[in-house]
Amino acid sequence: MAEADIKDTNPESRDSASKYQTAFRYMLLARIFEERAASLYRAGKIMGGVFMGKGQEAFSVGLGLALDHHRGDVYGPLIRDQAGRLAFGEPLIDAARTYLGSVEGPMRARDGNVHRGNIAMGLIPMISHLGSHISVVSGRLIGKRFTGQTGAIGGVCIGDGGTSTGAFHEALNQAAVEKLPLIIAVADNQFAYSTPTSRQFACKDLVDKAIGYGIEGHSIDATDLSLCLDTFEQAATRARDGQGPQLIIGHLLRLCGHGEHDDACYISAEKKQQAFGGDCLDLARQQLIEQDWASLTDIEQWTAKIQEEVEQATSSAQREPGPDPFQESWQALSTQRLAEGHTRA
Amino acid sequence: MSITYLEAIQAAQDRALAQNESVYIYGQDVGSFGGAFKATKNLAAKYPGRVIDAPISEDAMVGSAIGATAEGMRPVLEMQFADFSTVAINQICNQAATQFWRTGVPCPITVRLPSGGTEGGGPFHSQSMEAIYAQYPGLIVLTPATVEDAYSMLLEAIAIDDPVVFCEHKYLYYHLKADQLPSKNLPVGKARIARAGKHATVVTYSAMVHEALRAAEALEEEGWQIEIVDLRSVKPIDTDTVLASVARTGRLLCVSEAFPWGGVNAEVIARVTAEGFHLLDAPPKRLNAKDTPIPFHPDLWKTHRPASQSIAASLRELLRY
Ligand SMILES: Cc1ncc(C[n+]2csc(CCOP(=O)(O)OP(=O)(O)O)c2C)c(N)n1
Repeated sequence: MAEADIKDTNPESRDSASKYQTAFRYMLLARIFEERAASLYRAGKIMGGVFMGKGQEAFSVGLGLALDHHRGDVYGPLIRDQAGRLAFGEPLIDAARTYLGSVEGPMRARDGNVHRGNIAMGLIPMISHLGSHISVVSGRLIGKRFTGQTGAIGGVCIGDGGTSTGAFHEALNQAAVEKLPLIIAVADNQFAYSTPTSRQFACKDLVDKAIGYGIEGHSIDATDLSLCLDTFEQAATRARDGQGPQLIIGHLLRLCGHGEHDDACYISAEKKQQAFGGDCLDLARQQLIEQDWASLTDIEQWTAKIQEEVEQATSSAQREPGPDPFQESWQALSTQRLAEGHTRA
Repeated sequence: MSITYLEAIQAAQDRALAQNESVYIYGQDVGSFGGAFKATKNLAAKYPGRVIDAPISEDAMVGSAIGATAEGMRPVLEMQFADFSTVAINQICNQAATQFWRTGVPCPITVRLPSGGTEGGGPFHSQSMEAIYAQYPGLIVLTPATVEDAYSMLLEAIAIDDPVVFCEHKYLYYHLKADQLPSKNLPVGKARIARAGKHATVVTYSAMVHEALRAAEALEEEGWQIEIVDLRSVKPIDTDTVLASVARTGRLLCVSEAFPWGGVNAEVIARVTAEGFHLLDAPPKRLNAKDTPIPFHPDLWKTHRPASQSIAASLRELLRY
């Protein structure tokens, strides 16, 4: 993506302007890609499901940008983290291929949609069971401690609903005991599928949990991109400096159904007018223009380029072959001699 | 010199830690305390920082071990009792077991399960969980019955690139002794003929091998020669060795300490009837624990699990057919 000119002459504000721009464009790319995926889903071209991060892009991109896989950082995204994945460095084509069931994708059509990752690059391939990926990221940090890879940190994402799992609790407590450099980003988008937070937890703000775990906690308005970027950047610095796990609660509203199969009839229209109900992408667009960090024309140009990029990724993934059951090894072990299915039908 | 089954497990971990820098041990009380059963005795002092106490968080223990493998580590996890591994079942069956198939990246973790009943153990410290794990693709499940196997199979488990559920039997911890540790042994995946015979085959594993051996001795006095196959590994099952034995005897009894529904016995019988129906002179039989939780009182427990007398009785029935 080409940079737009930033007119500011002060180096510090120029840096934040360019970071803001970068973040905005990942958000836009995520939004446009997911909208494309949703229409492919409605057209019956995508099997399974499509899960969107609509309204959550600012919070997601904040963590993705705060991590650097070249330094060995590890990222454990969940279902609404297309923006964070892109910022972390996952190629768009991996998303398109996984959604569209191409064998060329990282999961080779064995797993779909958001269940993708790249272990070598530090991108955890989530399983469905909420909360279970947190300790996996912790384990990578423990492994790095053993192998003397210093300076790397981890970041994991979870929703308000996911905080009610035993796995979440075990993993946070474990990370605290081990003083791991782990950022836990909780997107409190007010709903877990149809369940409102009042049926999910009884504390005032999920950040209160930080006290119980003995870790640092921050609670922010996650519709504000600047705040998201700053909060995650600072959390990353503190984690790298050895200050242990950082719990960040982002307040926002899910602006879509749970998945594309869900019309979210249980979310009232007023919610969007209330606190944290805004669309972070619109707010960021306004901010870009108000700060004179980009013009409307810049944004239109980016949008056009991104649409082209999305079109390219989805159409090339659609042209690629799907899986061939006769080419499948149908075996789940890496130790071939011990694989049962292989030797006996 | 004499070494117990438990000492063999400690020795295998000692050797694995010595041989491979990437091995570490993680579990409740495994550090300076040496573990609830002392299976990691002295190891924390000998390998500083590599034998680590875990919080009571079986899910996070296994989850973190899975993550550590991606950094080149080979974690060995101790569940304090096999029964508590239910808390980690999601990480074992859904996370570890699926990883290689989903991503092509192997997940070499070893999960040690102190398994099976002992006097007074009761419903939650006695379970045999091998069938639950064996049911899931992507796991290897081992059930050593001898001191030699406890040692060599644990070492092999740690070296295997896939997740291994290692079901070590608590009843054998102190009861079973050998003169020395083996320098060579059968590989994982191969069953062993624990006793040769020609009139009937008992297929079994873990502590039940010893009950079956006692039953075979009793039957020998009655003129029957019973062959005993110790599976050693329940996933994979060495079906060839089982079929070869049934070909020699024509009669099959499967014995397991696990609950009766499904499980290893059912699996072995299904394979033998499907692949060796023509070898059978009698319908195959199975003997399991009873279909209730495991009782606390020793008098109840002894009847709940199969034992030499009930195995002998089953064999007599099988031989009468
Ligand atoms: C352990 C577990 N239970 C149930 C589900 C089914 N499920 C998938 S997403 C979801 C809601 C998640 O809500 P939340 O954590 O708030 O995240 P959000 O969808 O709002 O981003 C549920 C119940 C699951 N994936 N994992």
